[in-house]
Amino acid sequence: MPSFDTIVIGAGPNGLAAAHRLASRGDRVLVLERGTTPGGGAAGAEFAPGFAAMPLAHLSYNLDARVARTMDLPRHGLRWANANLATTALSATGAHLRLEGPLGLTLTGEVSDRDRAAWAGLRARLLRFAGVLAPLRGMTPPRLAKGVGNPMGQLAKIALRARMMGADEFRELGRIFLTNVHDLLDDELETPLLKGALALDATLGIWLGPRSPNSVLPWLDRLAGATDGAQAALGLPMGGMATLGAAMARAAEAAGATIRCNAAVAQILTDGDTVQGLRLADGEELSAARIVSSLAPKTTLLSLVGARHLDAGQTTRARHLKTRGGAAKLHLALSAAPDFRGAALGDRLVIAGSEHAVERAFNPAKYGRTPQAPVMEIVIPTVHDPTLAPAGQHILSAIVQYAPPAPADPDAARTAMLDASLRVLEDHAPGIGALILKAEMLMPHDIETRWGLPGGNWHAGELSVEQMLFLRPLPGLSQYQGPIKGLWLASAGCHPGGGVSGTAGWNAALAMERAGK
Amino acid sequence: MTDLRHYQTPLRQTPFHPRTSAANRLHAWAPWAGYATVQTYDDLAMEHSAIRNAATLYDLCPMIKYRIEGTDAAACLNRLTVRDADRLAVGGVHYTVWCDDAGHLIDDGTLFRLAPDRYRLCCQERHLPWLLDSAFGFDVRITDETGEIAALALQGPTSAVVLRAAGFDIDTLKPFRMAEFPFAGGHLTISRTGFTGDLGYELWTTPDLALPLWDSLTDAGALYGLRPVGSEALNIARLEAGFIIAGQDFTPAPHCLREDRLRSPLEMGLGWLIDWDKGQFTGRRALLRQRERGPHWAFVGLEIEGNVAAEGAILYHNRKTEIGVITGACWSPTLKTSIALAQVKARHAKGGNLWAEIYALRELHYARMMMPARVVARPFFNPTRKRQTPPGKL
Ligand SMILES: Cc1cc2nc3c(=O)[nH]c(=O)nc-3n(C[C@H](O)[C@H](O)[C@H](O)COP(=O)(O)OP(=O)(O)OC[C@H]3O[C@@H](n4cnc5c(N)ncnc54)[C@H](O)[C@@H]3O)c2cc1C
Repeated sequence: MPSFDTIVIGAGPNGLAAAHRLASRGDRVLVLERGTTPGGGAAGAEFAPGFAAMPLAHLSYNLDARVARTMDLPRHGLRWANANLATTALSATGAHLRLEGPLGLTLTGEVSDRDRAAWAGLRARLLRFAGVLAPLRGMTPPRLAKGVGNPMGQLAKIALRARMMGADEFRELGRIFLTNVHDLLDDELETPLLKGALALDATLGIWLGPRSPNSVLPWLDRLAGATDGAQAALGLPMGGMATLGAAMARAAEAAGATIRCNAAVAQILTDGDTVQGLRLADGEELSAARIVSSLAPKTTLLSLVGARHLDAGQTTRARHLKTRGGAAKLHLALSAAPDFRGAALGDRLVIAGSEHAVERAFNPAKYGRTPQAPVMEIVIPTVHDPTLAPAGQHILSAIVQYAPPAPADPDAARTAMLDASLRVLEDHAPGIGALILKAEMLMPHDIETRWGLPGGNWHAGELSVEQMLFLRPLPGLSQYQGPIKGLWLASAGCHPGGGVSGTAGWNAALAMERAGK
Repeated sequence: MTDLRHYQTPLRQTPFHPRTSAANRLHAWAPWAGYATVQTYDDLAMEHSAIRNAATLYDLCPMIKYRIEGTDAAACLNRLTVRDADRLAVGGVHYTVWCDDAGHLIDDGTLFRLAPDRYRLCCQERHLPWLLDSAFGFDVRITDETGEIAALALQGPTSAVVLRAAGFDIDTLKPFRMAEFPFAGGHLTISRTGFTGDLGYELWTTPDLALPLWDSLTDAGALYGLRPVGSEALNIARLEAGFIIAGQDFTPAPHCLREDRLRSPLEMGLGWLIDWDKGQFTGRRALLRQRERGPHWAFVGLEIEGNVAAEGAILYHNRKTEIGVITGACWSPTLKTSIALAQVKARHAKGGNLWAEIYALRELHYARMMMPARVVARPFFNPTRKRQTPPGKL
């Protein structure tokens, strides 16, 4: 039995990023993964015979540049099929609106001149604000206490950059920071299709509707991401997102990490003050002086460590961590290409007729019910890489919102969500129903079961202002160091949140280096 | 008439009320945990004297009592409190404290092990939400059983004789142990515990047996100087015994508004309670850090020159530098000296050149006195009869 310095739990983007960095610095690193393939949210899961296994994530929006560069992902198989995917906001009548370039640099379709000008201004401002905040993503969140070694220089630089935008812009940032997406869009724009596409972009993966207070901040965070150096650009890897997950796994292995799949961790072992190792579900015990958990903090604390090894107050706060997921995932195997009334099938297709359509889809989900007309983001990866399906056939992948995270009758809710989604699709692509060879609807509770994300939440813990920065995942745990010596948290549930970015894992590894062994 | 809101309801009466009110010549009632309790029945000096020279009854019903039961009861209490609840034998009692995550005291109390998987925790403050939060992940049920139990303290040198006269054989009952007796068709638990630092017992039964219990003890005690005592007499006795009270000698963490008023067990002289080897308990990691760094505060017993009670006095070093405060004080009738409990800055824990600034109100004029204060060991009063088994036959 070889011994390891560090065991990383979970081979998702964050676990792999941390493993890579630790292994590159000479640590003997073992990564334990419950699933059959590494990659986490970017690992394919069997869906229909002959069709490529589908990952949870289908587009790249915030892959960490430090991670991509240091892990040398291109060398391990990452190619962009498109590193700047256009969006088509679908209309049920065929009057689509096309947004090209990052965050809709150019608009094609029926938009008034007034709206074009207004959008150009708002877009630039959103990107500027997001850019100012972007460096925060790569930092360990500062602590609120005195004399705790906060990186005052870095923080001052961010503050200075914000101030350098000028008094008007600085004030505007302060004004919109904690407002809601609906009001922000409504102040400036009038084209429903544009507002709908933006409202869905803003609320993808968060448990907030466009009218929910504080919904602008998570959007700014999303827009702080980049693909291949272009801020807010969306990327689709050749072969789909599974390629990205696989490339990260190969890179980690090349750096010396060992990845062991089909190894579910059941318990972190501690002598009270220090981690000793862990126990797998099959009873096997492994020892290591350092354990890095890339599982959601709620899971790590309550299931893997367990209440009795934690303080009672911290346990209560962990139990109260909010982890509602409203994003469901739809996979369709299609016998032929669908026709969305002429829309370019290689685009990211958005069905959200207006900002109100997004809010209306959220309303029933708040009360545990499924919406009549869900909104969705669609990708058809086979348009870019036909090898993912039998010749001439296609895969449609859609993130569908909003699904209730804990419906009273989960199976009935899944059926209702699927039926409603297919109805919406049929409205926008007449005849698509007849092409369906197989349909799979993954509800938040299914996602929780399969990927381990609590509540099926995209960010492994809601990304909302009260769970951000020094409050993420919990006060006192925001600097990646766990509550027990030798335990580190490196999950999307930590700062800065989710997406196939590897940022939290990378930040955690940096924090470990700073802390010394 | 509309129903009264909870804060409008009059204080509740304990099951002993018919007897305590009949004996309460002064009608001096005070609220305690929502109940009316007697401050002094008729003469403070006589009541305190009975605690030290005869036998006394004190109505304990308002004390908060929690039942903690289930297969994880010991494990849950080990995580909640600083001592090892598992090492407490069935039929045993121990004094313990519990803290929040930061190691700050929430409360102190006595823990009774009634059965392998059933305990009773008695304390000053109500904390059901904290206890329930602490129970998450453990197979336990926690119930506030304050109203289900009638409790009476029987304290004083003749208390054992009174119990024998009442028909209870308590000769073999050791300090911090309890025993079960049949009583009036029901049950009575007698524990050799108390808050006076003297020979004494606490009696636990169901509310329906409260009055028969009172009457049988009063009958049995007639020849042994038995009398009821109020909280004021008990307070003098507990000061002589050096016992602390949550809310008086320290501010319980949940009530603390000012960060610098929070106190840890290490700062309250309770470090000896902590079992560092039993594994995790809430606050352990914070207390380990505090132990390493050294606590900022210490808790001490003081003897003060003169005969004026130094309640609330500010303490100075070298008459000039403020270094602490007296949290409880009295003229001790037993020791014939002025005693006090005090929080002091840790570096003055051993004393030396300490002074208490006392203001004595004398016919509407304050006399300000700077009195030398000497750090002494607690308990101030520690009679051997408290420990003797079988207890002496007076
Ligand atoms: C519906 C939906 C759609 C999404 N779409 C996108 C998208 O298009 N683009 C994007 O960038 N992000 C998307 N995300 C978010 C993204 O998938 C996650 O934020 C990301 O995967 C988080 O990375 P991670 O490494 O922290 O955790 P994960 O990727 O969840 O990795 C954790 C790993 O741990 C493993 N594991 C779990 N339990 C155990 C155990 N007990 N023992 C061992 N291993 C275990 C899991 O199998 C998993 O491989 C989406 C999320 C959802 C819910």
